[in-house]
Amino acid sequence: MQTNEPVSVGASGSARQNVPLTTAALAGSPHRLRKENLISKLMYGAALVSVVVSGLIMYALFSEAWVFMRDVDWAQTWGQIGWFPRRGIYDMPTLLIASFWTTLIAMVVAAPLGLGAAIYLSEYARSSHRALFKPILEVLAGIPSVVFGFFALLWLAPNVVANIGGAGGRGSMVAAGLGVGILTIPLVASISEDAMAAVPKSLREASAGLGARKAVTTLRVVLPAAVSGLVASMIVAVSRALGETMVVFMAGGAADAAVRTITPYDGSLTMPAAMASLASGTDQVVGEGLTFQSLFFVGLVLFLLTLGLNLIGDRFVARIREQY
Amino acid sequence: MSSTATILDAAKPIPERLVMPATDHLVDSLDPEPHPPDDAEDLPTAAVVFDVDAVSVYYGEFRAVQDASLKVHEHEITAFIGPSGCGKTTLLRCFNRMNDLISSARVTGSLCYYGVDLYNPQVDAVEVRRRIGMVFQKPNPFPKSIKDNVAYGPKVAGLAKKGPAMDDIVENSLRKAALWDEVKDRLNDNALGLSGGQQQRLCIARAIATDPDVLLMDEPCSALDPIATTRIEELMHDLKTDYSIVIVTHNMQQAARVSDRTAFFSVEVNADSDSRTGILVEYDFTQHIFSNPSDERTENYVTGRFG
Amino acid sequence: MIVLLLVFVSSIERAVMAFTTVGAVARGGARRGLVGTSGFAKLRTDIAGGLFKFLILSALLASLLILGVLLIDTIVSGWSQLSTRFWDFLNGSLRSRSIDDRLGVQQGLYGSFWIGAIVACTAFPIGVGAAIYLEEYALRSRLTATLELVIRNLAGVPSVVYGLLGLFLFVERNTIFGFIGLGWLVDATGGRSVLSAGLTLSVLVLPIVIITAQEAVRAVPVQLKEGAYGLGATKSEMVRTQVLPYAAPGILTGTLLAMSRAIGEAAPLILVGAISGGLTNNPELWDASALREKFTALPIIIVEWVSERGRDPGFADAAAAAIVVLLALVLLLNMTAILLRNYFERKRD
Repeated sequence: MQTNEPVSVGASGSARQNVPLTTAALAGSPHRLRKENLISKLMYGAALVSVVVSGLIMYALFSEAWVFMRDVDWAQTWGQIGWFPRRGIYDMPTLLIASFWTTLIAMVVAAPLGLGAAIYLSEYARSSHRALFKPILEVLAGIPSVVFGFFALLWLAPNVVANIGGAGGRGSMVAAGLGVGILTIPLVASISEDAMAAVPKSLREASAGLGARKAVTTLRVVLPAAVSGLVASMIVAVSRALGETMVVFMAGGAADAAVRTITPYDGSLTMPAAMASLASGTDQVVGEGLTFQSLFFVGLVLFLLTLGLNLIGDRFVARIREQY
Repeated sequence: MSSTATILDAAKPIPERLVMPATDHLVDSLDPEPHPPDDAEDLPTAAVVFDVDAVSVYYGEFRAVQDASLKVHEHEITAFIGPSGCGKTTLLRCFNRMNDLISSARVTGSLCYYGVDLYNPQVDAVEVRRRIGMVFQKPNPFPKSIKDNVAYGPKVAGLAKKGPAMDDIVENSLRKAALWDEVKDRLNDNALGLSGGQQQRLCIARAIATDPDVLLMDEPCSALDPIATTRIEELMHDLKTDYSIVIVTHNMQQAARVSDRTAFFSVEVNADSDSRTGILVEYDFTQHIFSNPSDERTENYVTGRFG
Repeated sequence: MIVLLLVFVSSIERAVMAFTTVGAVARGGARRGLVGTSGFAKLRTDIAGGLFKFLILSALLASLLILGVLLIDTIVSGWSQLSTRFWDFLNGSLRSRSIDDRLGVQQGLYGSFWIGAIVACTAFPIGVGAAIYLEEYALRSRLTATLELVIRNLAGVPSVVYGLLGLFLFVERNTIFGFIGLGWLVDATGGRSVLSAGLTLSVLVLPIVIITAQEAVRAVPVQLKEGAYGLGATKSEMVRTQVLPYAAPGILTGTLLAMSRAIGEAAPLILVGAISGGLTNNPELWDASALREKFTALPIIIVEWVSERGRDPGFADAAAAAIVVLLALVLLLNMTAILLRNYFERKRD
């Protein structure tokens, strides 16, 4: 067959048909097929790494947390004076209250600022302003959380918290919450802006065509149309705030252990901060028998909470995609 | 019938062209043409390249083409015409198994290429595509140099390595695509710098370079201006001596001008499910389709009463 | 500074309070505006509209103001170290007193450098491979949708949980399901080592790499892919010759962003056991044997110095100086990524 000869384009086509074509001639080169097969398996393997990682995370959390749940004296996890893991006192409400306060304060900062910035960028900003402001928000999003921890402890606490009724010289849930909030602003802004960008231009034009003003169009048409995306941005932001470790670890005003308190001006430990406290400072997680396992138990609670929130947020994002 | 006459004016050169594909290859005596035109009665019939028998194409549950049967002949230009959504492009893409790339696509019936079932599990779609080249609706040169564009196919197929052998392939392919003289001094320039018509001829050269038997063209001129279109049509006429060509076009005059045989496809709306399926209405010599179609739907379409 | 902040805080309060009322006013205005009856309605809408625009603009400006205050405050605090002994600070090591001539962040820089390198070497190929699998190889099936859901959710897992994973895999000798031993991982990484930290962080950024690479791969024009397939290219040849060159800038951008994220992360490092006190040996930058040794990293140094400030207040300024170094690194990576993306996007058009 012609294909085996050095190829000459001029002799293509007609010459070949003098020999009857067979299925084997169209079977392709076995070497090429083998190579193809191998590469597709490698790619598949790479994709499976994520599944393996997920499986390992769950296995690690569940297996160690199971030991904790099996062996712990459950009376030590509820109604105690506070979170003293090295002494075998694992009062979960302490951590949950602290997580609640910091997350709430964070959202009070991040929701209006993030949403406002998103509305301005999406609906009002000229393209030159967008080109200026968007990268700045991206920079804000790229700042490591230890920087916000430093900022919350050494600037927000003396300059802001001290002015709204708290102590300036040390960390507190308010200081940590404000720091987490600032860290969450770009997240809220970017998801909300995506949601508003997904609203079709025709809706805005229809509203404007009826004589509605810009603010009216934005508030009555764009925001309701984008509402599932806006809800998603809030949910994801809450999940992010719940999981934030370093800001609370540095500016939360408690180290190693925390007394239960419901006053946000006090220092306390959120779930992730409690984990970091337990693991830091020494080479080994030491303490009473279940101290190490308590780390995984708190991790499991945190993991399930954020996973649930992310799944709900995912639903809302999917909904806005379906709509338009 | 006055509008038919107008189209026939454009189709005038057909009778002469019909004589040209006469070859000394196998005569398939078992392949009686449905309606041989009177003046072509005793033409030897060319070998069959594609034998399409009751082919249906599905995208998931949706049937895009239903029970199409036709034979594509060697060294002829076969045109697929019809309104949009009639499945002509879908069927064309079965010929080099491009539909494999859509995971939901499924082909039933038999589609033979020189007697070999293209959908035999042993057949490798990659090898099929090397032998059956394709030119797309929108010129799609790679963002590389002109030379690298033409060399792409031979390189991946291992037909030639860099060097004089490859240079020969590049030159021959560009000559055949009537592009050599325009680009020979700038072979290393980016192909995206060429005009639309030149880009499409480059795509033809690129397809030729893999040494195929067949060229499939999916509305190759729809993105081009009239002058560039004329050049491509002339080129197709020249290429027919070396290749068999199947062209999808929505331009009836183009089909009449360039093709030897024409298949007319139409859309059938299923009353129950409101789904639309493409069907092959009529397949015959081009002259016949445009002057004396045997199906009323064909006549309505070519006279401009529908579509 | 304090004045600025008070203005800002009160503006937030006003923004929050006014947000709902403006909505109500605008709603009323809208009704009247649509009917188009009185000039009074028009005027009210104008005021409401102007106020609304002012509020959302101040939200944006407040965010920028915070960023400005943060940067300025940090640089001002760190200036005492950076202005007088910049190179000494970069070359110095962890010390017990803040006014030590040999105080500096070199050990942290080396640790962060190695972490970044490990992330680039592992997360990049695996992430790009996974993205190509999902976009080009995988069938659009329920399984693929599940895989994508898993990846999206991995991206939302708190970083401290990845620290637990690192602790479980690389530090503790564990056995999965009672028979898959993981002790060899501890032997290979050396336990609490920079290698363990790098691998933990590369698992953490893997979903980010996959998602950004997927976006870049998805943006490759279908015409190019069809062109390659039509010429008889196999899938892997098509990917190598069309997808990868076209998607390269996007993939590179995503990888750089992932690296900058990894370099700034501290929580997982604490769990994997970064050293906070000071390293006994002081390995050279290219000393690969140090990969399996105890380590520290730039963010860990910052945390450590912040906590030391109670004992020795000078450490607060040292931490600020270390932050300036960290921010310079992270923002340099981010900016390179963004500039690269813009450059290639412009070049393509």
